Amino acid sequence: MAALGGFAQLSGDDVAHAVRALGESGDPRAIRVLKALRDAELYVDDASHVLIRDKNGAMVDALSGAPVPASGHAATINNEIRRVLDTLIARLELKSPDPDERLEAVGELARRSNEEDAPAMRDALEHEKVRSVRRALVSALAEGDLASEDPKRRLGAVEAIEEAGALGLAPKLAALTTAPAEPDPAVRAAASRTISSLHRKQIFVDGAADVLYGMSTGSILLLSALGLAITFGLMRVINMAHGELVMIGAYATYATQVFFHEHLPVHESLYLVAAVPVALVASMLVGALLEVAVIRFLYGRPLETLLATYGLSLLLIQIVRSIFGAQNVLVENPPWLSGGTELFEDVVIPYNRMAVVVFTAVVVAFVAFVLRGTPLGLRVRAVTQNRPMAACMGISTARVDTWTFALGCGVGGLGGVALSQLGNVGPELGQGVIVDSFLVVVLGGVGKIAGSVVAAFGLGILNKVLEPIAGAVLGKIVVLLAVILVIQKRPQGLFAPRGRSVEAV
Amino acid sequence: MRKWLGVAVACAQLINVACSKEEPPKPAEETKAAPSSSAAMKPAAPTSNTIKVGILHSLSGTMAISETSLRDVALMTIDEINAKGGLLGKKLEAVVVDPASNWPLFAEKARELLQKDGVAVVFGCWTSVSRKSVLPVFEELNGLLFYPVQYEGEESSYNVFYTGAAPNQQAIPAVEYLMSEKGGGAKRFVLLGTDYVYPRTTNKILRYFLHSKNVSDDDIKEEYTPFGHSDYQTIVAEIKKFAQGKRTTVISTINGDSNVPFYKELANQGLKAQDIPVVAFSVGEEELRGIDTKPLLGHLAAWNYFMSIDTPQNKAFIAEWKDYVKAQNLPGGDKRVTNDPMEATYIGMHMWAQAVEQAGTTDVDAVRQAAGYQTFMSPSGFNISLDAKNHHLHKPVFIGEVQANGQFQIVWKTEGPIRAQAWSPFIPESSKKVADWTYPWVCGNCTEPKYATSDAVAKR
Repeated sequence: MAALGGFAQLSGDDVAHAVRALGESGDPRAIRVLKALRDAELYVDDASHVLIRDKNGAMVDALSGAPVPASGHAATINNEIRRVLDTLIARLELKSPDPDERLEAVGELARRSNEEDAPAMRDALEHEKVRSVRRALVSALAEGDLASEDPKRRLGAVEAIEEAGALGLAPKLAALTTAPAEPDPAVRAAASRTISSLHRKQIFVDGAADVLYGMSTGSILLLSALGLAITFGLMRVINMAHGELVMIGAYATYATQVFFHEHLPVHESLYLVAAVPVALVASMLVGALLEVAVIRFLYGRPLETLLATYGLSLLLIQIVRSIFGAQNVLVENPPWLSGGTELFEDVVIPYNRMAVVVFTAVVVAFVAFVLRGTPLGLRVRAVTQNRPMAACMGISTARVDTWTFALGCGVGGLGGVALSQLGNVGPELGQGVIVDSFLVVVLGGVGKIAGSVVAAFGLGILNKVLEPIAGAVLGKIVVLLAVILVIQKRPQGLFAPRGRSVEAV
Repeated sequence: MRKWLGVAVACAQLINVACSKEEPPKPAEETKAAPSSSAAMKPAAPTSNTIKVGILHSLSGTMAISETSLRDVALMTIDEINAKGGLLGKKLEAVVVDPASNWPLFAEKARELLQKDGVAVVFGCWTSVSRKSVLPVFEELNGLLFYPVQYEGEESSYNVFYTGAAPNQQAIPAVEYLMSEKGGGAKRFVLLGTDYVYPRTTNKILRYFLHSKNVSDDDIKEEYTPFGHSDYQTIVAEIKKFAQGKRTTVISTINGDSNVPFYKELANQGLKAQDIPVVAFSVGEEELRGIDTKPLLGHLAAWNYFMSIDTPQNKAFIAEWKDYVKAQNLPGGDKRVTNDPMEATYIGMHMWAQAVEQAGTTDVDAVRQAAGYQTFMSPSGFNISLDAKNHHLHKPVFIGEVQANGQFQIVWKTEGPIRAQAWSPFIPESSKKVADWTYPWVCGNCTEPKYATSDAVAKR
């Protein structure tokens, strides 16, 4: 454990040296120190004692394990050290009694495909009893075994690759399909078979990835467009300030986060849950205010509305800039939304994107419920379908207008909550959203919420299918051209409203 | 009506996307050679007792995140010079305009500064598009621009001093580091950028450079995204796929706030900095200030200055900045940081001030001649000189890793300042070009001197 002195150095090279020495020392205490360094829990005090901070923030001495008062600075760590650490920890954990740790270690070593570690893994394979770890070891060793002299071993390796479905190894197998490179016909046949099975899997994985990523993109489009589908789609207000209501929702999320950080630090990770109603109410209030103060005087005058709401959008941007500054603000993902899960090989769906898809479904259900299942929704539909008749039936159309507009704006604000988890929160957030939102609503068919849903997911998936082929820039252009063509053919959008109300508009 | 609206919306979006594409890297910049080129009307010699200094940085729009601090540090330096008595017995007066991240507006505002306000010098621009947009204005009106940001090179104007890094002072050393054993020994490269002139030209140079290091095209992947792009799912998945089999690194010229969604996506899809490091040329302390640094831990940036550089000059620079922020009560308060383009602005303004003192006038032609020979002790701790020939700064190069506190741990640096190569020797068509504004060349992009040397005359 003499190597520990190296951790006290500030220079990365000295620390890397200490890490190597410690990894090869064979000391049972080494792994704890290495893991602490990896997790940035290793500290060094002024007298060069090495300390480990545990989960609760208490410090213990790395050598004796005795508790010590918290002091010192974090040990130096950089990528060079991390690379050494990952390999050393994996080598040590290969002998761990815990099968999960062994599995993780095999994965780490396989990823580095380091020739040096093959003998140790082979050794581990002989003693290994747990099936999952055995299988991981066989497939980890397969890459090296492909170059083995022994045809049986090569065959075993090819079979292991087929069983594991390791897509990344397909190019290496290609060398084993031709005669001079591979003398054994059995291995050749197995390699060809494996390549075609990997190829089939690749097509499936790519397709699944496109659909999943497209749904995630589409759900973001939908969230920002859904509010507009109400204000523009149902009320026919060309609301250029809609993006700014999304922005207000995002800033409400930020404000909630700051509030939790300062007043409820214990529950900080739950701020996002609280942000949903806060953003809804904040955007609804702003929306109601806009409707009462400006928009109600402009019903039926689309061009004036367009100009007035554009002015409002500039006004809102400047107000937010004056309050929060021109810089983007920091909205952190709570820990339960960081990271992702691997659905198939190489298709990782981040938790924040999954959450947005689920959230979108909830918001769509909420909007559908409000419009279909509440007295407010009934009145909204009545007023939008036939205003004079609704007024005759005793509905206060002015009040319903305010509520409808506020609802649309509130839903926009909910979109802001979701966007804050994926991108930047700044005063210009809404500017990037507004054009896409109109695109979705117009493509889906004005006045049809279901149309917006289909259009958003359609655009999202189309975008993701095109992106790998044409690149992000060209892909977007192709999508827009496609939209222009669709609107040329079907001016009323994908889902045209039918019936007499169409003529009335 | 609805049909019309839909088409209009789609068209507007289309123009939006296309805009970022429309700036092809010009092979050579037309530059006026003769010093007497100013046919433009210069305002009459200012009789006022101030010297006007133009500041042309976006204070709103997508670039505001980066450029606002440059305005602040320029104002701080003006205060510093004024506190010492100003220049030539006159105080400096800043004229701040906001071109709002709108490239054509940059040209309009530059014209306004030079013609209406009659400024002696302009400090400004960030993106190369904005620089290319103001360049004809400065050349037409014989103005003087100090450009403080790292850029793609392939340009040298008589009217511009480039105080940021040229590719050989940032991009090339960074790639060399990543290829070294210490940097991870990368064999495969993803060149990822925002779609405009800086990333496209830088990546072109890097591709030629990688070819010279025997990296084949199969191991290079080039990808571009529009300005303000926020959906990096597919790109990150592709990087992951591309990285199988060989050590891979990502060289990112993503600009502005698209970086946040990119790094978030990287972290969420489980790509670690020690396995696939991303080196960025547009991410510094200022950009890290507004974001959650957790997804960026261990990723790299290459610059000519880091706030974490431990020199007495840097301590003094940071202290002056902190005091200024406090005194002016700037937004952000004690969270404000210093970064590379701020240092470049600071150095540039001091060099301009020294040149004015030496020339005894603010006349552009005189100051330009004096500026080329200035030296200045930079906050990074090197005695930096401004090259009279190619109008670029000699700069040291540092590579740093992002730390949790938003600062960089320096993992590599050059021994001393490196001279800029305005024209990249790696691109065949520009390798023969010379940027030299002294006799006998007097040209920004020539393969032969403008004036014959005595040898040549003798030969004739």
